[in-house]
Amino acid sequence: MNVVPKRTFAQKYHLKTVSWLVVFVVLIIVTADLTEVDFGMFFANFGQFLALLQQMMHPDWQFTHLVVAPILETIQMALIGTTIGTLVAIPFSVLAARNIVKNKFFRGLIRFILNLVRTLPDLMLAALFVAIVGIGPVAGVFTLAIFSFGMISKLFYEAIETIDEGPLEALEAAGANKVQLVVFAVIPQVFNYFVSYFLYTFEINVRASTVLGYLGAGGIGVYLQRSLDQFAYGQTAVIILGILIVVLVIDGLSNTLRERLL
Amino acid sequence: MQEKPLIEFQHVSKTYDNGTIGLNDINLSIPQGEFLVIVGLSGAGKSTLMRTINRMHEISSGDLIVDGESVVHLEGKDLRRLRRSIGMIFQNFNLVKRASVQRNVLSGRVGYYGTWKSTLGLFSKADKQKAIEALQRVGLGEKLYSRADELSGGQQQRVAIARAFMQDPKIILADEPIASLDPLTTESVMNDLKRLNQEFHITVIVNLHSVSLARRFADRIIGLRGGELVYDEPIDKVTEKDLDAIYQPVSLVKESEAQA
Repeated sequence: MNVVPKRTFAQKYHLKTVSWLVVFVVLIIVTADLTEVDFGMFFANFGQFLALLQQMMHPDWQFTHLVVAPILETIQMALIGTTIGTLVAIPFSVLAARNIVKNKFFRGLIRFILNLVRTLPDLMLAALFVAIVGIGPVAGVFTLAIFSFGMISKLFYEAIETIDEGPLEALEAAGANKVQLVVFAVIPQVFNYFVSYFLYTFEINVRASTVLGYLGAGGIGVYLQRSLDQFAYGQTAVIILGILIVVLVIDGLSNTLRERLL
Repeated sequence: MQEKPLIEFQHVSKTYDNGTIGLNDINLSIPQGEFLVIVGLSGAGKSTLMRTINRMHEISSGDLIVDGESVVHLEGKDLRRLRRSIGMIFQNFNLVKRASVQRNVLSGRVGYYGTWKSTLGLFSKADKQKAIEALQRVGLGEKLYSRADELSGGQQQRVAIARAFMQDPKIILADEPIASLDPLTTESVMNDLKRLNQEFHITVIVNLHSVSLARRFADRIIGLRGGELVYDEPIDKVTEKDLDAIYQPVSLVKESEAQA
């Protein structure tokens, strides 16, 4: 009794950890080989990259005033899309949380739907909505809404599953119904996480919506694509700088807000 | 005893899904206005017994009558109506820590509101005033707008008592309400419970580990061991020896361990 046990050989030299590490390294090498990733090629063609960069070193400042409106449109798209996605995600995330919905089958069904939505790549969604509602920001908003819905609902239900269950028990014992339970015991505990995840998703959406423009889903992406097609790298440079500024500002803003909240 | 019982256990048994026996053939009647203390070891079934009254736990067999009505088969709205008439106090207070004290206290009232009104926070003026009075009753009026996690443990437990009081309860169940409190706050929490019992004739049922507190506050003490009711006496007949007997198994086991 009360004697420190001896560690086995495997425990002493962390055999398990080391073997996993070896397995991963081998896997990476093998997959790189199979997919013919060639680092040599990357460096051999590095000159091309430099040539492009050189052309972009001379931004076409005349283009600046044309960029402002589409960038604003991009932000608006992201904001509306994220908001719609979040509003829809709230009820779904509650229904997907293990500690709220005890019925395994129903919860499984909701999670299956959420997984399905998350599997859809945003580029495919954009192509789909451009085909349905036509070229323009509306397609972008729908795409971002669905994309945010998939992401936020997962983040939300995982947040809900970490709450202190004591208040749930207390409210239930006080005769609260399910909705009251969620409003009084769940939401106050996760509200800050909700806001934080909303900001995080908004940030991602601003970035994503630049790419969506490529498919005609509105915003700055349309201009980005056009400038690249016309080899007008001076304009490309202005657009990229614009996007960079917006992303930096939003990133900084949401970071400060999140730090204050949590 | 003399009055018509408010709560009556009739051959109540509870077996958990994994086969563990929670309660075994409990027969017990609790009159209106009694301060009942349940003692026993951890795992003796004290919490289970308490939670069968507001149906937070289901029973396997027997019948349980609260206020003249069998509660075993209550569902939905009827079940919620039963629960709102029974306040509950927990070892860990179970307040929403990020919410204000006011909101925590008011949340005890939601059983009286419909879904929409309560969701939108539309509590009546009378209830808001009631929340203030409930808080003042436990001596925490100035904490109305504080966040719950700014309070000490003892203060949080008294907020929980105010929350239970908002339910206009006939019964208050307190599941080891002082187990995570220091001796000084223990005193004030027990006094708060006793006052609710004496001033409003609320039937109070408390799980305790402390035999000395049980003797000071209880009108009657019952003892559980292994899910069975092994002791049931009014306070003037309780002796130190009886109470030791309820806790005996553990001391016996400890002795045999020490000898080995």
